Amino acid sequence: MKFLGPIGFVSVSKLRLKRYFTERIIRISLLLCSVVSILTTIGIVSVLIFEAGLFFAEVSIIEFVTGTKWTPLFSSKHFGIWPLLTGTLLTSFGAMLVALPLGLLSAIYLSEYAPNSVRQILKPILEILAGIPTVVYGFFALLFVTPLLRSISDDVAIFNAISPAIVMGIMILPMVSSLSEDAMRAVPRSLREGAYALGATRMEVATKVVVPAALSGIVAAFILAVSRAIGETMIVAIAAGSNPNFTFNPLVPIQTMTGYIVQVVLGDAPTGTLAHKTIFAVGISLFLITLVMNLLSQIVVGKFREVYE
Amino acid sequence: MEPGYQHFQRSMALRKWKGRMFHLICMLAILLVLLVLATLLYNIIEQGWHRINWDFLTGFPSRKPERAGIYGALIGSVYVISIASVTSFLLGVGAAVYLEEYATRGWFVKSVHINISNLAGVPSVVYGLLGLEIFARTLGLGDSLLAGGFTMGLLILPIVIIASEEALRAVPPSIREGAFALGASRWQTIWHLVLPQAFPSILTGVILAISRAIGEAAPLIVLGALAFVPFAPDGLLSQFTVLPIQIFSWISRPQAEFHEVAAAAIMVLLVVLLSMNAVAVLLRLKFQKRSDI
Repeated sequence: MKFLGPIGFVSVSKLRLKRYFTERIIRISLLLCSVVSILTTIGIVSVLIFEAGLFFAEVSIIEFVTGTKWTPLFSSKHFGIWPLLTGTLLTSFGAMLVALPLGLLSAIYLSEYAPNSVRQILKPILEILAGIPTVVYGFFALLFVTPLLRSISDDVAIFNAISPAIVMGIMILPMVSSLSEDAMRAVPRSLREGAYALGATRMEVATKVVVPAALSGIVAAFILAVSRAIGETMIVAIAAGSNPNFTFNPLVPIQTMTGYIVQVVLGDAPTGTLAHKTIFAVGISLFLITLVMNLLSQIVVGKFREVYE
Repeated sequence: MEPGYQHFQRSMALRKWKGRMFHLICMLAILLVLLVLATLLYNIIEQGWHRINWDFLTGFPSRKPERAGIYGALIGSVYVISIASVTSFLLGVGAAVYLEEYATRGWFVKSVHINISNLAGVPSVVYGLLGLEIFARTLGLGDSLLAGGFTMGLLILPIVIIASEEALRAVPPSIREGAFALGASRWQTIWHLVLPQAFPSILTGVILAISRAIGEAAPLIVLGALAFVPFAPDGLLSQFTVLPIQIFSWISRPQAEFHEVAAAAIMVLLVVLLSMNAVAVLLRLKFQKRSDI
């Protein structure tokens, strides 16, 4: 550097200074980008708490949590969340009844039985199924599955819980099967070989060695899938009806928490009215339920990792 | 033969038979899934195909089903997706670069990661509530394209960040070390070497994230996007609708003719989605080939 003389030295250090500031500015802007995701969470939580707080200033939280009548849009208003909760439970539980066995069996087939060539065809098809928009599933539920069920039994109403539940099960199935398959493939080969060496058949290896060994991953997949079913909106908004019934009968019209939010925003409840604030109270309940399920699945996966690493 | 051996043979035969049945049941399960997918697609094509024509693609929604078209919704979708992808691309790649290339492993990175995985699990309708309060009311954007695009951008941000992080992680450290050894600054290294190498798989991730956003209706309904928009949006602050909402409103009508229109619109939506997925797959293949060399 000293051979360049004083002028050369000055320009190099100027360059350094400029470079230092550019680097600094870029670093800070990139940091801000990653802060946005945290701000989103803060935004969601504070919006929900603030608006739900306004709601709970007018309606007692005890009525909300314990009430079994939900009629905020009628003249005699009741604000008990239970009818929406049972509606949500009914559809997501029904979805799991479909997705759990079918998803697990598909995952076992893909991980333990299917030859590589078949896997390479089946996996993209399952991905297509996972990528179908939920309005399309809603169309299928209302205009195909419901008429089919009604032709089997007269007890099924035009809007009901069972048809969206079945279709929702199909919707979350790829998630169940691909996450469970990942968990099963992570089971070390030596475990399978040990079982084969003891004379176990393929089915015994799959059901008594691989599935138990991958159980925490599979459970985590199920919890995530339930959480997705609880938050799913369009299928239930289209096919489940808008009657907040406190019932566990899957054949009659019901309403879920997500379905209620859509009904209110499509209606003309003006901003600032109590009816409009209800969507934030329902929203915060929905947020809390799915948050707990997601955390639960992360805890289960965390345990799974401890075993194998 | 000993009785014990006979017993073993019998139980072995039973176990083998059970095994074969189980294999069959597993195959039937996945075949059932394929059958449902085929039924779904057939049902839609059967109802919708005869409605697909030029007038349908360039027409506006109408009270008469035979004159209804999807032009406004199509343009609305294009606008919303463009805004959402630009926002989520810039923010997502920026965040991923910071987390992977700058930040030291510590509480900040850890908390951002926990935060991202929880955000990915938040129901989309809740994002609609966020957009309604923050973009539509607080920032005064109302039920405009900008509010819709930003809301969708935030919705897919976690997916974009996760995909970009994976892409950056796949770039071998030796490339960075070589650049540092030649005196390049951190940003020069990232901009000229790391990002170009990671770009194809980042793009794949972004396309898959966008294809999720194209099908989303719930957050935009909550935001106040209209179901009946007999015009194409003409600017970023214009009111709008998108394809899924248009489909939703047609499904909700009692007349079977509108259900056919909905099926036709679903076909358009699915074609758009499948071609985006195909692009993503092609990009992935091209990228794999290049890295093989």
